Amino acid sequence: MGKTIYLDNNATTPLHPEVKKTLIEAMDVFGNPSSMHSFGRIARKKVEYVRETVAKFIGAVSEEIIFVGSGSEANNTVLSLFSCCSAKCGHPIKCTTQIITTSIEHPCILEASKCVADRGVDIKYLKVDKYGKVDVDELTGYLKAGGVGLVSIMYANNEIATIQDIKRLAALAHEYGALFHTDAVQAVGKIPIDVRDLDVDFLTISAHKIYGPKGIGALYVKKGVPFCSFIRGGHQEKGRRAGTENTMGIIGFGKAVEMRAAEMKGEHERFMAFKARLKEGIEKNIPDIRFNGHPTDALASTLNVSFAGAEGEAILLYLDLEGIAVSTGSACASGSLDPSHVILATGVDVEYAHGSIRFSMGRDTTKEDIDYLLSKLPGIIQKIRGMSTAYIGGRHGK
Amino acid sequence: MENNEWVYTEKLKEHFMHPQNVLSDEDKTVYDGKGIVGNLKCGDQMLMVIRVDKEKGTILECKWKTYGCASAIASTSVLSQMVKGMKLEDAYKLSPKDVTAKLGGLPEHKIHCSVLGDKALRAAINDYYEKNGMKEKIVVEEAKIICQCMNVTDHEIEHAVLEGARTYYELQEHTKLGTVCGQCRETAEKLLQEYIAKHFK
Repeated sequence: MGKTIYLDNNATTPLHPEVKKTLIEAMDVFGNPSSMHSFGRIARKKVEYVRETVAKFIGAVSEEIIFVGSGSEANNTVLSLFSCCSAKCGHPIKCTTQIITTSIEHPCILEASKCVADRGVDIKYLKVDKYGKVDVDELTGYLKAGGVGLVSIMYANNEIATIQDIKRLAALAHEYGALFHTDAVQAVGKIPIDVRDLDVDFLTISAHKIYGPKGIGALYVKKGVPFCSFIRGGHQEKGRRAGTENTMGIIGFGKAVEMRAAEMKGEHERFMAFKARLKEGIEKNIPDIRFNGHPTDALASTLNVSFAGAEGEAILLYLDLEGIAVSTGSACASGSLDPSHVILATGVDVEYAHGSIRFSMGRDTTKEDIDYLLSKLPGIIQKIRGMSTAYIGGRHGK
Repeated sequence: MENNEWVYTEKLKEHFMHPQNVLSDEDKTVYDGKGIVGNLKCGDQMLMVIRVDKEKGTILECKWKTYGCASAIASTSVLSQMVKGMKLEDAYKLSPKDVTAKLGGLPEHKIHCSVLGDKALRAAINDYYEKNGMKEKIVVEEAKIICQCMNVTDHEIEHAVLEGARTYYELQEHTKLGTVCGQCRETAEKLLQEYIAKHFK
């Protein structure tokens, strides 16, 4: 295969070359950060340096950062806090009667919610409008009714890129005495984030979405907010997350954050120009499409498009044969019958939902990549529609 | 990136890249039988048309269209080649297994994408029988209700198996079968094993 173009940066990102260099050096840092000897002290120093780097990047202080194994772990940790119903437990966070989240969260929140619901917590899923924005009135209604312990709303959606007004939503939750968590995995490193300004209680970060290594993330927990560890059996992370620190991952994470801080500026404009080019190219050359997500309150690097009459997995694989990597909300790619819960939640017709493709750009994406994609995509869609029962003679839905 | 590391078999890739016997929109041929199965809501639909040698009772030509994924496209393409020259009676008996064998296999979670082709083919043959006064040859695939309480049929059990159900519990998750009186459990478990054997063994 010749040319390859990676447009699936919301799934994961390639390592930043600087992160790679740092990781190679970090391989020699083998000491256990908990050890008192010189080997341990060297590792500890590095871990704490990264904690400060990550904290600073989001406007927090070091002690508010807990390193975890993934964004999913951070999210599971937060939800589990509110479902401990043991009478013996003296912890201030007791079994909450209600948790509010949304219908477009990442599966780790949705699946963890189901489990928490089985333990007796009432979970409500907020509806979203056609652009993927949560219904503020619905949230206000639940909060007014009382009994809400936690509101968890993702910052930027991984599939359709819609950004929520987290500051306003957190303020609303606090007004009614509920704590607020945001899964900011897709937002951190793409848009500026200041936890003090947002005034959230918990915030989830993942390293591999920002050109860092996989298997490492962080949970921000605001000072003074009650917390109880999800993984037990060690004093690491001040007793908030047991398990010997993933030193190498943490060091790589730190470098990735540093590089983001240095490179984020100017990136937004570049992505906006690429996205406009891609949108225009698609609109001009392919009929019967729709763009998903919010037209303005969305990540600049992500474009989600539905193609009527063309099935998503087929689009993905024809693009793959041309060396272009994208992702789809199609059911067939996942092996289930239901297309993306996010696209469906925005009220898109199923036949459009089955044909949705996400293009997510990254720091390596060039204008030439977009043009190469645009040179292949119309032909592929035409080919699929040519053999589609759902798209006969240019009329879909037949 | 190596070409041989593709997600499905080489054979499937070949048919996906160059689908055979696709029914073109400009095709003005009058076909002898036509079948449409599946629906867009489920994400896959199949249209199949056949031309029949009425004296020999064989398929002269088989063309298709599908709203489906790579596995659906490739398995239909292969099927359309397989049935050319085949006696109607033999074509009628083709199963998804025969098709996936030709493709060199499919991952388990994609088997359900290949089951529409032979169904559409039978529908097309039935249509031909109907139009040519051979109604007696049509085998009616009537669904039988297994779970009376929840109104679940044997077809739905088969569908659940194709969707991944392997145990009675998973079958219940898919269909809600046996969640009221539970009397159908024995029959359902027997059918479950039969369908697993039919599609996956």
